[in-house]
Amino acid sequence: MRRSARLPGFGLSLGVTLTWLSLIVLIPLAGLFLKSATIGVGQIYTTLSDPRVLSAFRVSFSAALVAAFINAIFGPIVAWSLVRYDFPGKRLVDGLVDIPFALPTAVAGITLTTLYADSGWLGQLLKPLGIEVAYTWKGIVAALVFIGLPFVVRTVQPVLEEIPSEVEEAAASMGANRWQTIRRVILPALYPAVLTGFTLAFARAVGEYGSVVFIAGNMPLKTEILPLVILTKLEQYQYGEATAVAAAMLVVSFAFLLLGNMMQSRLRRRKS
Amino acid sequence: MSQLRSKAQRDPWWLKALALSVTFGFLGLVVVVPIVSVFTNAFAKGIGPYWAAISHPDTISALKMTLLAAGCAVPLNAICGFAAAWLVTKFRFWGRDFLVSLIDVPFSVSPVISGLVFVLLFGAQGWFGPALQAMGIRIIFTPIAIVLVTVFVTFPFVTRELIPVMEEQGVQAEEAATMLGASGWNTVWRVTLPSIKWALLYGLILSNARAMGEFGAVSVVSGHIRGETNTLPLHAEILYNEYDFTGAFAVASILTFVAGATVVLKLLLERKVRK
Repeated sequence: MRRSARLPGFGLSLGVTLTWLSLIVLIPLAGLFLKSATIGVGQIYTTLSDPRVLSAFRVSFSAALVAAFINAIFGPIVAWSLVRYDFPGKRLVDGLVDIPFALPTAVAGITLTTLYADSGWLGQLLKPLGIEVAYTWKGIVAALVFIGLPFVVRTVQPVLEEIPSEVEEAAASMGANRWQTIRRVILPALYPAVLTGFTLAFARAVGEYGSVVFIAGNMPLKTEILPLVILTKLEQYQYGEATAVAAAMLVVSFAFLLLGNMMQSRLRRRKS
Repeated sequence: MSQLRSKAQRDPWWLKALALSVTFGFLGLVVVVPIVSVFTNAFAKGIGPYWAAISHPDTISALKMTLLAAGCAVPLNAICGFAAAWLVTKFRFWGRDFLVSLIDVPFSVSPVISGLVFVLLFGAQGWFGPALQAMGIRIIFTPIAIVLVTVFVTFPFVTRELIPVMEEQGVQAEEAATMLGASGWNTVWRVTLPSIKWALLYGLILSNARAMGEFGAVSVVSGHIRGETNTLPLHAEILYNEYDFTGAFAVASILTFVAGATVVLKLLLERKVRK
């Protein structure tokens, strides 16, 4: 079964990897699942049916969905500009896409809050229009759009680079205009990548804490996110309840990821 | 490449103008404005208060804590990450794909849950907490916990960057070296490492950025003790919540500078890796 029987280090690297993986990842995660197994079904039910927890589920998942959707629309346009056009400062713009990935989430959080507060640069512009972003659900979405930006762009970009020019030439020579080529030929080829990026951005957004917690306002039943609920319960030494919420969150996120993968394979099948 | 673009790929001017303005507008609003505002807020009261905030003992000790966490997590994960990449790219064995997906797990866990699992292990009511307490060892709310969660959240970075590069290289070069009598270490040192150095550096830079910037997971286990278990991101939070905006954004500007340097290095390395 081994790819190379001649190379040394199978035993050593297996030992190091398994030890490291167990110590850092597997044992801690097993602790989480063991803990949730010791909590009774009754307690899990009362924890999860608490209106405050239910509302946090709604807030976290709805804001993550909307933010990932916004990125799924703008991300491919950004990727398109970066792949297809030449313009001054292109490498700088390419680098900007990675900023949300590299910038600590707490920095993003305090900056966005200051920007969208009533006296902030963007808050001042939006206030006369009657739009309040800071300390509302919209603020959570704004923070999650920032966080999710690189995921869609970076998954669509390589796919766009690989589309052979013959495809577009064929469409053009058969009389399609540019818009038809883009809509009928290029966009369908991008859908799986957009969906992957959407799923990644969504998964990241659901668990996001640092960038959201400042701008959310954290009003129970309104703008309280799931990670904050877990943190609050931990600070009150309610380990069982914190674990129940965390485990439920992992299960729901996992279900969404599974759904994304299923849609993915359907898209692929339709393509072939 | 763009010079060779065929006529069929040329977009009408209005489409190009539209796509570019959406791109600039979106990135400007979402990325550029926040970055600029970090610095304008940090220097809002001039260079004096900025410098006072940067050189404050609490900031210095938070910087030390952040460097300690990154300084432990990055090399540890680099060594073990290389071992993992060697294992899954040079050998084929049962359960290999499963192992690769296990390595990625820390990416898909919420930072707060990453902190929670360590509290469940080592906290006062955790699995090992009481036993450790009896021996007089505390982990939660100490620098040890901060290092532990930092190692957890940066676990996959190096391996992830190494796997595709090492997979592509195959095993011939290493096999030739061992057949010619090179020892295992010599093979790794002289044959494998030179060919993966850029990918390795790339992984190190990404994991360093995450290690220095981690907030949620560290926040759960640190206890926010000033001068002891405070990292730079946590310190920015404390100052912000105390309405010391100059201080908070001064600390944030250090982290933004690190993020900017990370992105520049990443772009430079991507060129090297692609060649």
